Amino acid sequence: MHTEFLMGNEAIALGALAAGVNVVCGYPGTPSSEVLETVAKRKTEHTYVEWSVNEKAAMELAAGAAYSGARALVTMKQVGLNVASDPLMSLEYVGVKGGMVVLVADDPGPISSQTEQDTRTFAAFSKVPCFDPSTPEEAYEMIQDAFDFSEQYGTPVFLRPTTRVDHGYASIDVKDENEYYVNTPDGFVKDSSRWVIFPRLSFANHAKIEARNEELRTTLSSYERNCILGGDVPKKGVAAGGISFAYANEELAARGTDGSLPARLMKVSTPFPFPEDLALEFLKDLDEVLVLEELDPVIEKELTYICGKHGLSTKIYGKLSHHIAASGENTRDSVGAALDAFLGTDLERTKAVERPEPPQLPVRPPVLCAGCPHRASFYAVKQAMKGKKAFFGGDIGCYTLGNAMPLDMCDTCLCMGAGVNIAQGIRKVDPDTTVFAFVGDSTFFASAITGVINAVYNQANMTLVLLDNSTTAMTGHQPHPGTGRTMMGEVVEKIDPVKVLEGIGVTEVVCLDPMDLATAVPEVQRVSALPGVKAVIFRYPCIALFKPTKYCEVNQDECINCRRCIKELGCPALFIEDGRVTIDPGTCTGCGLCNQVCPKNCIGGVER
Amino acid sequence: MTNIVLCGIGGQGTVLASKLLAAAGMKKGCNVQSAETIGMAQRGGSVFSHLRMGAAGEEVSSPMIALGTADILIGFEPGETVRLLPYLKPDGQVITASRSVMPVTAALTGGSYDGADMLRYLEDNVQNLSVVDTETALAELGNPKVTNVLLLGYAAESGALGLTSEDLKDALKERLPEKLWDVNFRALDYAKKA
Repeated sequence: MHTEFLMGNEAIALGALAAGVNVVCGYPGTPSSEVLETVAKRKTEHTYVEWSVNEKAAMELAAGAAYSGARALVTMKQVGLNVASDPLMSLEYVGVKGGMVVLVADDPGPISSQTEQDTRTFAAFSKVPCFDPSTPEEAYEMIQDAFDFSEQYGTPVFLRPTTRVDHGYASIDVKDENEYYVNTPDGFVKDSSRWVIFPRLSFANHAKIEARNEELRTTLSSYERNCILGGDVPKKGVAAGGISFAYANEELAARGTDGSLPARLMKVSTPFPFPEDLALEFLKDLDEVLVLEELDPVIEKELTYICGKHGLSTKIYGKLSHHIAASGENTRDSVGAALDAFLGTDLERTKAVERPEPPQLPVRPPVLCAGCPHRASFYAVKQAMKGKKAFFGGDIGCYTLGNAMPLDMCDTCLCMGAGVNIAQGIRKVDPDTTVFAFVGDSTFFASAITGVINAVYNQANMTLVLLDNSTTAMTGHQPHPGTGRTMMGEVVEKIDPVKVLEGIGVTEVVCLDPMDLATAVPEVQRVSALPGVKAVIFRYPCIALFKPTKYCEVNQDECINCRRCIKELGCPALFIEDGRVTIDPGTCTGCGLCNQVCPKNCIGGVER
Repeated sequence: MTNIVLCGIGGQGTVLASKLLAAAGMKKGCNVQSAETIGMAQRGGSVFSHLRMGAAGEEVSSPMIALGTADILIGFEPGETVRLLPYLKPDGQVITASRSVMPVTAALTGGSYDGADMLRYLEDNVQNLSVVDTETALAELGNPKVTNVLLLGYAAESGALGLTSEDLKDALKERLPEKLWDVNFRALDYAKKA
């Protein structure tokens, strides 16, 4: 054992390694990405790790490994689970041999996601047991429990941390490498009555799964991480899971005398199957219970169900009773306020120090970085379509930020890869619109290729704009099939999107340098006017991958202060100081796009 | 328990500062937990770090700090310091950089954002305030990239961290290559002569 200061996701990775994980795969997505990256950094010789092309591929790879007796971990964010749901729903019916943990990071807020979906609800839907850690330390221990549990019951298991657990740091005691469990898979054993899903197998296994999950409501009641604290306080109880448990524990203690809890506290670490026997023990003699949880009212509904089932008169409060906000993340303060209302307490501290209203604070929405090639690509298409009726379909990645003014080049954004066929649909209804679908390179490989096939097959008229910056930028620069390297560090053949598109039957595929507006604008005009499905590939590496060698300076003698550069581009390196356009040399990367829009061409590059 | 809030704009180095504090705290046997903004907001948005250090044996149950309970607030930009001021306890310490950063939105609309208003507000409403003239300091230090360590030096000097600049130097040595030690040590010690 030794102590390390670890991010929750790093702790999860080390926990998986300590549990002897053999295969780790996934697709990047905030807040889950660091799990796989840490495995890659810290892995032993027994572990294979890859960034898969998407979550579905990863889930299937992990399933195959687990069929063969390997311990497998597959990682994704919550919306990634939607992509992987097809294999997972069936996998639960088939089961696994080696332990398989499906790590899905939920994102209350949401802070960097499209939805506030709850993997605990997905657990009940898919019948897959779910572990819900409340701290990074607990996540480290819990993933080891989850592997054992998965193997014992022959089922995949969810580990479902939320953002504050994933990205929280704590000093944690972790095992040394010589203390790791070593799992030696015995390989795939053919047995078509076990591994081939047919209706008869599904019927038989469905009954077994329901019986198992019912029994687990008792078994998991004695799992040590499901527990009751502060037992001897009558009448009022609080139930919580995940980071909300950590908040509830601390805020309750702050309202008790000498650190004792002023209410009975139940911690739910396995929201599915729910520890029913423990809940009955918790509910005994309580008049009222406040449930503190984020996203769906999972614990609240279970407790309400258990009260109804057992004829208890205990009142259950939470999201459904409007005592807790229906959406958004909980905070120490929101939990504290809810506890004050529930317990009739009034902690001085929660009345934030009274200060007068501050001056108006600046709004700081996230923006494309200075020098980002996406800005140039968007601007080129915008200029090409000036005065024309056009639709600009967006997608998931840094380039969603192209929606901000002044670019205003993202008319829709739904989910990974959706932009291609949304553009196709818009054009069907609005045939006089020129439609574009912008997609990043990683998103293209993950889930836009089938969309392009659909568009070509069904004779759509649209232009695919592939923003190829040679990386998965938004989630922290992970490699993908187009980059020519894998997470194991191997150099592999690059999969060339030009060949992919030509192979599909896209008739015109043009590669352009977005930083060369004079060439790019007329080419976009020409290509987009052609019939059928066309593609423009803007190739320029993500600016964060390179150290800039230059920065730009405004020649103030020439500048007519028209501010066109600022108004057209919205680059964060450009600002106004003492009434003049100025460039921050620290932020500027010297891309020179501003000089291309400058009517006086009076912005020049300076070597660093 | 020492509760520390750091705040700034994505890309300013709050994360590294938070890691240095955590490393220094752990070296002294503290239980440390922290949480920070990761993801989209890092692209020029408002970012923060919460850091909690419990003395040996003192449990830290979550990394998040409640409003009105931070012992010290370290702001890398005056407007961001004001934004997170509600976390500060009544007699808490504030260390803020003086230099304001104009958001892109304000540059576009010609909107006014004046960091001087923010500094004035802080002066009127914070008892223990230390405004660091970052521009002068960085020019003297000859390196524009040590704002975070410079501010940590002032934070250590204030006494509110429970850590000294010597503690931070030990942590820096572990995290940074030797060629960067000198300028960072000078940045840490800058507060002493200021």
